[in-house]
Amino acid sequence: MATAPKSATGAAKAPAKRKTTPRKKGGDDKAPFSTPDLLRDYRQMLLIRRFEEKAGQLYGMGLIGGFCHLYIGQEAVVVGLHASAAEVDTLVTSYRDHGHMLACGMDPGGVMAELTGRVGGYSKGKGGSMHMFSRKVNFYGGHGIVGAQVPIGTGLGFGHKYKQDGGVCFVYFGDGAVNQGQVYESFNMASLWKLPVVYVIENNLYGMGTSVARASASVELYRRGDAYGIPGVQVNGMDVIEVRKAGEKAVAHCRAGKGPIILEMKTYRYRGHSMSDPAKYRTKDEVSKMRKESDPIDNLRAFLLENKLADEDALKEIDRDVKSIITKAAEFAQQSPEPEPSELFTDVLVDA
Amino acid sequence: MPTQVLMPALSPTMTDGKLAKWLKKEGDAVASGDILAEIETDKATMEMEAVDEGTLGKILVPEGSEGVAVNTPIAVILGEGEEASAINEAPAAPAKAEAPAPKADVPAPKAPAPTGIPAAPATPKAAAEPDYTGETRPMTVREALRDAMVEEMRRDETVFLMGEEVAQYQGAYKISQGLLEEFGEKRVIDTPITEHGFAGLGVGAAFSGLRPIVEFMTFNFAMQAMDQIINSAAKTLYMSGGQMGCPIVFRGPNGAAARVAAQHSQCFGSWFAHIPGLKVLVPYSGADAKGLLKAAIRDPNPVIFLENEILYGRTFEVPIDPDFVLPIGRAKIERSGKDVTLVTFSLMVETALKAAEALAEEGIDAEVINLRSLRPLDTETIVASVKKTNRIVSIEEGWPTAGIGSEIAALMMEHAFDYLDAPVVRVAGADVPMPYAANLEKLALPQVETIIEAAKAVCYK
Ligand SMILES: Cc1ncc(C[n+]2csc(CCOP(=O)(O)OP(=O)(O)O)c2C)c(N)n1
Ligand SMILES: [Mg+2]
Repeated sequence: MATAPKSATGAAKAPAKRKTTPRKKGGDDKAPFSTPDLLRDYRQMLLIRRFEEKAGQLYGMGLIGGFCHLYIGQEAVVVGLHASAAEVDTLVTSYRDHGHMLACGMDPGGVMAELTGRVGGYSKGKGGSMHMFSRKVNFYGGHGIVGAQVPIGTGLGFGHKYKQDGGVCFVYFGDGAVNQGQVYESFNMASLWKLPVVYVIENNLYGMGTSVARASASVELYRRGDAYGIPGVQVNGMDVIEVRKAGEKAVAHCRAGKGPIILEMKTYRYRGHSMSDPAKYRTKDEVSKMRKESDPIDNLRAFLLENKLADEDALKEIDRDVKSIITKAAEFAQQSPEPEPSELFTDVLVDA
Repeated sequence: MPTQVLMPALSPTMTDGKLAKWLKKEGDAVASGDILAEIETDKATMEMEAVDEGTLGKILVPEGSEGVAVNTPIAVILGEGEEASAINEAPAAPAKAEAPAPKADVPAPKAPAPTGIPAAPATPKAAAEPDYTGETRPMTVREALRDAMVEEMRRDETVFLMGEEVAQYQGAYKISQGLLEEFGEKRVIDTPITEHGFAGLGVGAAFSGLRPIVEFMTFNFAMQAMDQIINSAAKTLYMSGGQMGCPIVFRGPNGAAARVAAQHSQCFGSWFAHIPGLKVLVPYSGADAKGLLKAAIRDPNPVIFLENEILYGRTFEVPIDPDFVLPIGRAKIERSGKDVTLVTFSLMVETALKAAEALAEEGIDAEVINLRSLRPLDTETIVASVKKTNRIVSIEEGWPTAGIGSEIAALMMEHAFDYLDAPVVRVAGADVPMPYAANLEKLALPQVETIIEAAKAVCYK
């Protein structure tokens, strides 16, 4: 059923997904993850960062239309969490979805071609930036209605339990979405029925131009499951190692049949809400301080070098590799043709 | 090779802007993510970030320049080891933003298509209705609906029922009697009162390969779930280029019940029929109820199944063969006649049949069409009937504005204009919220007499 679009960027490798058996951890608590794991994280985060920068550039050239929400700054969240995902697990998120798709191993060319509205895109150009899916890697969108993915993801969790396939659903939503009523309807059912769902609140401090404090009566978002008996944890979402640790624990909780869990990821988006947001609601200092002190990619790079887990050359090699993948993705996204006019009327209904 | 930096568009509508300020000077090192310049339009100021790494080789457009067109080269970045002298070799702007050709506004598919714009494909003809020759039994619509679910749940492990009071209480209207006992609480699930939530949960479960039957205690409460039904269930297949089928049935009583006033009496037929990506079924008889619900559960698409509380207790002869399934999209001629076509659905079929009896006594031979499906709509059957009778009245409980009758009137204009001997007449619910008082409620709903009057009017009698 799922037809992953073919693109010139076949080079993008799906991140290795672990099976559900817990991996042995060696070494001290500071770096409980292996060097290949961390290099993979570095590569994944960089891939997302470069992809988003390229998307911003193509948007500036008029090749991408409509709304385009970039994930720059938040890369550690999805990369760190997805490291704990097994093949059977599912993921669903909002419109700020490019990073999640790349973390799931979707082809950057196919994603970029969807942004440019071309037939080589994951939705054949009919979904755009906010609506992309891949059954092949269990990526269930890409949803444009704030909060709608939360009951949908809860239903995916319900499906895991019903089919007894051992899977967990990762549901990502923002600090703005957290105030939607349907989120609490979902929390209630997920807890009542002990559904295997990791609710990931990506708290990037703003929902469009409204800060958390101006939108939320209580800003301790990880406690939003208190009334439903859902445990919540606040995590430094700018540190991929911290995210990884939290992800492993959360997934173990779900797989043990203990029901849902909430992870509040404290993170930050460097760019505007969407491409056309001048970001007047925050100071430049706030942004540059975050970038300077908390950048997840810079910090992991420094960690790898300081601990002699990798040298400059090895990291440069990754940089070059990622750059060439993105260049190819952008080329594919511009060369892939627009969908045939006859596509207008296809995919409305499944043939019964 | 040196790369050009192009004037960016901050929004899809921006054509030019002011290059307010350069934040890097010639000779500065730049890394991707560094802010190069500030761009201003009448609406906003934005920072422009570098995508490429290297050295800012040359600034082509000085700060303060106004009216700089989008995609004009404004600077050149030199790669590692490149000299400023290489600047002349800078490649032309990559793929000059061929402003994506403004899409022609696609006209309503049925209008004659100008060249280049594909016409909507004709609705595929529903499979012919098989002649059922097997055994039947008299049973209520309520029992027929229950049997449909039981048979499909026995047939397919992925089918489950969820909703308020469907399990232990056996359904607010006792439709799910005995289901919990047979299938257990894994597959017959009492939900909290949380329509938006469980509709969305059902959609997610359907994406994951299950076949949920979601019961709304009545469709009035489905308003809370409208977003999930339309934005998630109906549209995701299209938005995913065909990947994300959503095999789900939303069912429950629709339309006016008796004396429950405005918030509990409303027909949502035309609301759902408006939405591409949904199928909308409106059974009348026990056989309709059973055959169509089974078809809905087997269908790979989201199906809205609109029942009627007053019909639940009516008894009909119903096929008992578990292989009896009705095709979706086929209307049924409940009474054939030659003078006027009465086209309707759900409870109003009963009212129209009564009107036809009365009309017969006055020498008017009415044909009664039970639509059974509002989307897809069986236009062919209606048109064939009008070719014979040359007169048509539509009847529905719902409001007249943008109602099913309005749609039928338009379709007759498009497909049967030359066969009409009188304008189409619509009989609909009064254009008011449903009143409580018994006399007013009766006035608000189409009655046998209203239909008789309308039929006579189109017959000029
Ligand atoms: C139901 C709904 N209301 C409003 C919007 C418009 N909107 C899109 S994104 C957004 C802000 C959401 O912020 P948050 O949940 O924090 O996510 P972030 O964009 O920060 O990732 C709004 C109001 C929408 N898409 N859907
Ligand atoms: Mg936010």
